[in-house]
Amino acid sequence: MKLIFDGIIKNNPTFVLVLGMCPTLGTTSSAINGMGMGVATMSVLIMSNLAISLIKNIIPDKVRIPAFIVVIASFVTVIQMLMQAFAPALYGALGVFIPLIVVNCIILGRAEAFASKNTPFDSMLDGLGIGLGFTLSLTVIGSIREILGSGAIFGIDLGIGNYMPLIFVLAPGAFFVLGYLMVLFNKFVKK
Amino acid sequence: MELSYFAIIIGAIFVNNVVLSQFLGICPFLGVSSKVETSLGMGAAVTFVMALSSVVTWLLQTCILVPFHIEYMQTIVFILVIAALVQMVEIILKKVSPSLYQALGIFLPLITTNCAVLGVAILMIQKELTLLQSVAFSVASALGFALALVLFAGLRERLEFEEVPVAFRGVPIALVTAGILAMAFMGFTGLV
Repeated sequence: MKLIFDGIIKNNPTFVLVLGMCPTLGTTSSAINGMGMGVATMSVLIMSNLAISLIKNIIPDKVRIPAFIVVIASFVTVIQMLMQAFAPALYGALGVFIPLIVVNCIILGRAEAFASKNTPFDSMLDGLGIGLGFTLSLTVIGSIREILGSGAIFGIDLGIGNYMPLIFVLAPGAFFVLGYLMVLFNKFVKK
Repeated sequence: MELSYFAIIIGAIFVNNVVLSQFLGICPFLGVSSKVETSLGMGAAVTFVMALSSVVTWLLQTCILVPFHIEYMQTIVFILVIAALVQMVEIILKKVSPSLYQALGIFLPLITTNCAVLGVAILMIQKELTLLQSVAFSVASALGFALALVLFAGLRERLEFEEVPVAFRGVPIALVTAGILAMAFMGFTGLV
């Protein structure tokens, strides 16, 4: 249980560890996109953590990193095909960021720092915790940008769309929202 | 697809800047870019690797993946190729040009996990460019990356002398600065 909560607050990948910034900024133009990206990343993270902690004793230390990358890339391909089949709209919206889950530093980072040293079950829990933290941050950023930029949340129109500055769903808005959220996080949570 | 080289190059450098409008390569953008000199080095290293990897991945895609109908292997193949390529460039540079290796050396291992390299490789396949267009596209993207990095480093060098509120220090103020820079780049929208 502690492993899961650590991943959400104390080791929050976005606000504390500042990892995986590209998808964080690139896919959060709406709440649903952010959440989709978070869930996709979480699935890859849980499965790759499990697989890597299962095979950690067979892999020679020298080729550790390439081996991890192959494992991660395989799971990303699986997720990519699943999304293409069952969630084509989301797949289209996230575009190039789905294959880019491979180079998300969170996943390789957890493989190296946690899964290669711990039991399969603990590694899965760690993946779940970090994945939930990532999904939560992405959903929050996505919701804020969607409300501020297009006056809607999860696609539900709040009827204020005409008064909202469009800038928040465009590129600069991503930087601003994430920057100010980090300020709030520093100020109130980190103490 | 009919696209002039001019449109590809200007589009990739300014209009669809990899960092500021596509959000690729944010990690080195935030991590490396606190000095103009280091960001020039990083920019040069990325340009070099991206140009090479675009040729290799394009050839792999058209000569191996498509004829054998294994396009779904794209992600795995590309990331392995890029990782291998970075290693090779590192070894070759060490032997052939130690001075260039000295200048780019520390940045090379970082490039494997730079999502801009893989991202641009995938994007250029999606856009169905020819080989020459791909090279133009990837070099221009890399130049755009270098441009954003250097501009941002210049801004951050100035920021060091300012008094920044405690909660803003470090990454948050960098993000806000990047946001303003991204706004400036939005001015290029519609140019091509």
